[in-house]
Amino acid sequence: MNIRGIHAIYRYEMNRSFRTLIQSLVSPVLSTILYFIVFGAAIGSRMDNISNVSYGAFIVPGLIMLTVQMQSVNNASFGIYFPKFIGTTYELLSAPLSFVEIVIGYVGAATTKAFSIGLIILCTSYLFVDLDIKYPFFMLCFLLITCMTFSLLGFIIGIVSDNFEQLNIVPMLIITPLVFLGGSFYTIDMLPPFWQNFALLNPIVYLISGFRWSFFGVGDVPIFTSIIFMLIFTSICISIIWYIFKTGYKIKN
Amino acid sequence: MSEIINVQNLVKKYDNNFTAVKNLNLKIRQGEIIALLGPNGAGKTTLISTICGLSSITSGLIKVNGLDVIKDYRKTRELIGLVPQELALEPFEKVINSVKFSRRLFGRKDDNEYIEKLLTKLQLYDKRDNIIKSLSGGMKRRVMIAKALSHNPQILFLDEPTAGVDVELRKDMWSIIKELKNEGVTIILTTHYIEEAEMIADRIGIINHGELLLIEEKKELIKRMSVKTLKVKLKKTLDIIPTKLKKYNLKLIDEGKSFLYYYNTGKERTGITSLLSDMNKIGINLFDIQTEETSLEEIFVKIIKE
Ligand SMILES: Nc1ncnc2c1ncn2[C@@H]1O[C@H](COP(=O)(O)OP(=O)(O)O)[C@@H](O)[C@H]1O
Ligand SMILES: [Mg+2]
Repeated sequence: MNIRGIHAIYRYEMNRSFRTLIQSLVSPVLSTILYFIVFGAAIGSRMDNISNVSYGAFIVPGLIMLTVQMQSVNNASFGIYFPKFIGTTYELLSAPLSFVEIVIGYVGAATTKAFSIGLIILCTSYLFVDLDIKYPFFMLCFLLITCMTFSLLGFIIGIVSDNFEQLNIVPMLIITPLVFLGGSFYTIDMLPPFWQNFALLNPIVYLISGFRWSFFGVGDVPIFTSIIFMLIFTSICISIIWYIFKTGYKIKN
Repeated sequence: MSEIINVQNLVKKYDNNFTAVKNLNLKIRQGEIIALLGPNGAGKTTLISTICGLSSITSGLIKVNGLDVIKDYRKTRELIGLVPQELALEPFEKVINSVKFSRRLFGRKDDNEYIEKLLTKLQLYDKRDNIIKSLSGGMKRRVMIAKALSHNPQILFLDEPTAGVDVELRKDMWSIIKELKNEGVTIILTTHYIEEAEMIADRIGIINHGELLLIEEKKELIKRMSVKTLKVKLKKTLDIIPTKLKKYNLKLIDEGKSFLYYYNTGKERTGITSLLSDMNKIGINLFDIQTEETSLEEIFVKIIKE
């Protein structure tokens, strides 16, 4: 194992976000605060409690999920795409590093960033609502795995993309809608019956539901369904990464 | 065992089915400077890429220091530093951080003293805290070299180190290369400037269409290839070369007013004296003679055409 090599990539990626601290930290926190003001304070005051939870508190897990998922994808995809774009991947490929080590470096950094942002949002939300987390340890694990899985997904997008357009299009056209419609702001049973079935096709629903369960002990779907979904999703991402690794797809000529 | 690199029957076929390297064999000795000479598209970069791990190998075997570059990639890559053809640097990084990063990627412990010495040698020390983006093209190239040397490699690949570089910098580059050789580093450089190969290489390999056409000691090659041309202007026009002079392979030009004779200065006899005396015997009078040196460039073109 080339630990120093992994650490070099990890540290480098972390430094990159410190250089762009505003973009990488302040902006997700700021937009979450705006969500709280709009949905929590303004609209939420007129909403009924959902499963005995105030609307303001109800949206916290969804907001955290929404942000960490977008952040993980953006960070990890850009992290590996940028060296590809400027041509510095030659250095990674000619170094005594295995592909797994390269993935650990990049995905590890993207996961750390997204996870920290998630925690910061959680802390911020205490300023707005009363929260009582039912299963804190499970919540942290679930958050961490979500960050990791979406960072893996982002890494894949970064490898596969040939230009900035492609890099942006998958997050924008696929992930953003799925995440927004994944039940951050409502429960699935608030939807008309037809849309309920439709919503259950959205994988993000299961993740948000599981995460919300760790806060309040209730979710749209049973917690085991959420866990199984998470495992399937993670395994798919790992398999794709493994395929890329085996074939050198888009990395080696 | 003095071979540090051994390429055996290497074939590299790209995904689009283009074969860029065809059954290539190459042995490189420890401590030598090899210049791989070849026109654009010859397959030089592809060859280097397969040795360094940037390209997969279609078939064949590459050994570095006796180890397979695929099975023992960690050990072989530790020995190698690579300066690719294109400038590729993180624009917003400081010079020193970029060089330190490279060393760490290779799993080496930080060694500030070594890095500072390296930067000094490459005349980058004053620029160490500058952002790479702010450097000139020549300086960026030095940064690339510093990065490649950051982990003390025994082998250095330089892919077209002086392409598009001004004369001044080219000379600097040559002296850097020679200095590295004195430190025992094996250097493989590619170029399409024949003068460059002539200036610094111990051996020269000529590659074209993915094949290694020859590899030879530079001195031998130049001796063997240093052909001069003797142009003989005649008093009277000739229609054809007389049979008595056939053995000299003369070439009539200027509508028979002159002919050319090629001779090799590397050989003991040039054949000029006997040509002139044979001409005298059959009564062909010369008006004037002049000699022209064939440039290495022409030799190179000649080999590639053959
Ligand atoms: N990724 C690639 N896919 C397909 N063909 C390639 C690729 N890279 C290089 N080639 C082709 O392989 C040949 C050799 O290229 P290269 O090794 O770069 O030559 P050189 O470095 O000698 O100029 C060229 O004809 C080039 O077009
Ligand atoms: Mg080339």
